[in-house]
Amino acid sequence: MKIGVITYPGTLDDRDAQRAIRLAGGTPVPLWHADSDIKKVDAVVLPGGFSYGDYLRCGAIAAQAPATQEVVRLAAQGLPVLGICNGFQILVESRLLPGGLIRNEHQHFICRDQRIRVENTSTAWTNLFEQDEEITIPLKNAEGGYIASAETLKMLEAENRVVFRYLDVNPNGSMNDIAGLTNERGNVVGLMPHPEHATEAGFGPDTDIATRSGVDGLKFFQSVLKALVNA
Amino acid sequence: MRKRPTNVDTVSDAIANDKEQPWKELGLKQDEYQEIKTILGRRPTSSELAMYSVMWSEHCSYKSSKIYLRQFGEKVTPAMKKDLMVGMGENAGVVDIGEGLAVTFKVESHNHPSYIEPFQGAATGVGGIVRDILTMGARPIAVMDQLRFGAPSDPDTARVVHGVTSGISFYGNCLGLPNIGGETVFDKVYQGNPLVNALAVGVMKHEDLKLAKASNPGDLVILFGARTGGDGIGGVSVLASETFDSTGPTKRPAVQVGDPFAEKVLIECCLELFYAGVVAGIQDLGGAGISCATSELASNGGKGMKVQLQNVLLRDDSLTPEEILMSESQERMMAIVPTKDLKAFKAIVTKWEVEYSVLGEVIDEDRLYINWGEQEIVNVPPRTVAHDGPVYHRPVEYPKYQDALNANSSKTLLRASAPAELAKQILAIVTSPNQADKSWITAQYDRYVMGNTALSMPDDAGMIRVSEETGLGITLATDANGKYCQLDPYHGAQLALAEAYRNVAVTGAKPKAVTNCLNFGSPENPEVMWQFKEATAGLADACMELGVPVTGGNVSFYNQTGDVAIYPTPVVGVLGVIDNVARRIPSGWQDEGNNIYLLGTTKDELDGSAWAETIHGHLGGKPPVVDLASEKKLADLIHGAAIQGMIEAAHDISEGGLAIAIVEAALRFNVGARIWLDEVLERDNLDLTAALFSESQARVIVSVGREDDVKFQALCEARGVPVLRIGVTDKASGLIEIKDLASFELNEVRKGWASTLPELFG
Repeated sequence: MKIGVITYPGTLDDRDAQRAIRLAGGTPVPLWHADSDIKKVDAVVLPGGFSYGDYLRCGAIAAQAPATQEVVRLAAQGLPVLGICNGFQILVESRLLPGGLIRNEHQHFICRDQRIRVENTSTAWTNLFEQDEEITIPLKNAEGGYIASAETLKMLEAENRVVFRYLDVNPNGSMNDIAGLTNERGNVVGLMPHPEHATEAGFGPDTDIATRSGVDGLKFFQSVLKALVNA
Repeated sequence: MRKRPTNVDTVSDAIANDKEQPWKELGLKQDEYQEIKTILGRRPTSSELAMYSVMWSEHCSYKSSKIYLRQFGEKVTPAMKKDLMVGMGENAGVVDIGEGLAVTFKVESHNHPSYIEPFQGAATGVGGIVRDILTMGARPIAVMDQLRFGAPSDPDTARVVHGVTSGISFYGNCLGLPNIGGETVFDKVYQGNPLVNALAVGVMKHEDLKLAKASNPGDLVILFGARTGGDGIGGVSVLASETFDSTGPTKRPAVQVGDPFAEKVLIECCLELFYAGVVAGIQDLGGAGISCATSELASNGGKGMKVQLQNVLLRDDSLTPEEILMSESQERMMAIVPTKDLKAFKAIVTKWEVEYSVLGEVIDEDRLYINWGEQEIVNVPPRTVAHDGPVYHRPVEYPKYQDALNANSSKTLLRASAPAELAKQILAIVTSPNQADKSWITAQYDRYVMGNTALSMPDDAGMIRVSEETGLGITLATDANGKYCQLDPYHGAQLALAEAYRNVAVTGAKPKAVTNCLNFGSPENPEVMWQFKEATAGLADACMELGVPVTGGNVSFYNQTGDVAIYPTPVVGVLGVIDNVARRIPSGWQDEGNNIYLLGTTKDELDGSAWAETIHGHLGGKPPVVDLASEKKLADLIHGAAIQGMIEAAHDISEGGLAIAIVEAALRFNVGARIWLDEVLERDNLDLTAALFSESQARVIVSVGREDDVKFQALCEARGVPVLRIGVTDKASGLIEIKDLASFELNEVRKGWASTLPELFG
């Protein structure tokens, strides 16, 4: 299974996303922002970073890139898409997901091992999790405060589209403790925390068992491989 | 748009007429100005004067420190040189780490800009050091920061702390480089002069090594990256106002402004250029901008250069040639590109949407010619600008206060004996700003990006995997103790090295090479020069004894407010290598029922300690005794035990002594312990205060699984490292119990330890 990873100018976690795909058993395919040919990949990851230096608004310029536009077109036909951090911001800016992401409430960039709860296991990227499974993956952002109108929030909650919710602390002031969302169809998922940084023992978050041994993020990428096999 | 200046001071003007020049305002001395005239056989043009003044400044020429820095290159054995691919003098040193890979690393200061404008000062400090690493042909893979602020209680400290931390966070995070450690120290001596040092490390294949030289006549000189603007040109405005009835903006910002996005793109673009093999030489533009890059590239290559300065892409067309030559605009690089590779070069920079312009070419002549349109404004031998600057033998004088300071020992300070009082002192030190949890700062930095971080703060050193195939990795630690250096700069510098060396060793890595950033007061003060002389000698001698070469570094003088200098603060960074990062050792206990051992012996050494400072507000006496032979033995022992997988955790004992080391090892993974000190007290003949708080060197606490007990103790004996079992880990209790002294609830200790910085600055 080929999973594309788009690199924009200023993207940082593209190599990490590629490694995570490899560790999960998929074949990562590097994609370039300026190229609308996304090489017939079976799914796409929009990785974290500071595309275009966060100029204008985080993700706003990247949302206009030819590769993104092609992803938007194919997402409507069911292409699985995962947006991580800046990738989530791009999904929001390209209207694949509702709402917006603003400066963290406390005004600082924050990097921490974040506990979240998986509340929707029917998406392409979460089908291997147990309902309400609690996992720990790194979070690192300055503009991760999720906002939406009261109406949108109500809709998201009613339709079970809040996929991840922050536990213990709400690290950025997100409404309803929302850490991640999906679209109606469940093929597009965006979240602020970074699953790709918790896929290889020795380089993930600390656990009770050993230093940096957390690999809770691996299931995101295994889930999409399973969804693609079943599709 | 403003008009390009036309009224410039040309070489023919300089030949035709002598005139008064503002050499003094530009920081040159009378004899230096005279020397320039002798070199040129005429007065310099204002552009040449600008170039010489900035390149002969302390910052660029190392004129006060040069005679002392030489010993880092001289006090070396052949064994120390074996893996050194590039030594001192280049942008950064390069060390062979095996498997065809090499590492380059360096620490640099950005102290003064960071006080004036903390955010941009600190941000561009990161940007500058990262470009130094990139310039060697390496992919930058991590950064660290060494920060020293004024007293937390001072109203101005928060401004600097917030600005510096967010500046580093803003720039480093956006570059996508994990920040894997560093230091944060508070002391009133840094009030008007904070220290903001930044370290970067990069990795490359041996064959990708690049040098900053232009050695092939006919090759093109290309400036690329951000446009040149009027930032960071400070003093040169004197020239502008002198030569022109100023049509341009009069006030130029003295501090550069950084754009990390531009730098990130520049990094990827440069690496692609390197891999494509289209760059024959490369130099970053930092201090002294185009003046530095052109003269150094030409001088290093033993050749000359012809440059058309009007080809420089500008943000502001009204900039004068002098300003263009001096501008410190960030995110720029200068490449030497063979003509046949220009097409390939263009294709790559265009892909990354990076602007470039061809400024000129390399020539087979010992001359740097710079033209402004048709007019020649610079005509100099490049070596005289870049390398043959003045060398000073500054007066050196033993400080008048030194003997009294050394005589004022902590021996006279009151020592507690009641358990409750000692327990209170432990907590006071743990929650003091210098020992408290630093995660309020470090949580603002990305430590995960790139996915290769094997250790980072709060462990003793940062560790990065450099080969995904074999697990080969590097470890980095930096240390400095200004108080020790104030008491004794020779040994203080050695203590900084010893601690960084130990911090690398406790991760299981083998220490391999050294970088340093020497932060001192004014070199014009003979007492400061004495400190500098002592510290450099101490460091060079200790490097020789430990067998780790200095690969490069940086000197920062004039760190003082009025006549009061900072404590001499030589920051020492040690690079280590580990065969496989899977064998790394964290600083905290993890498993139940493991034995805790104290390695090394404890003396009654409390002068300059955290205890003396926190409990008594005292600084005086002599710092702990340096014992490099023991440091070496200890490092070898841990390395050996790590290979056999015997050590579960290892934590070095430094500021705050054994007590603080125990608390930190417990807090790391929230695993408590039962500790007994009676045997230490008896064996080393100590009282409780010394046992808990002494800062004796060459000591580490390690935890070892019970099954490896006999083997481990035998290993220590065989290697001649003193070992004593002082406790056992206790996962369930949530307590640190020190027998006959106190019992601490981990959660309570954590609360105090973690809340100090947020309460001060949050």
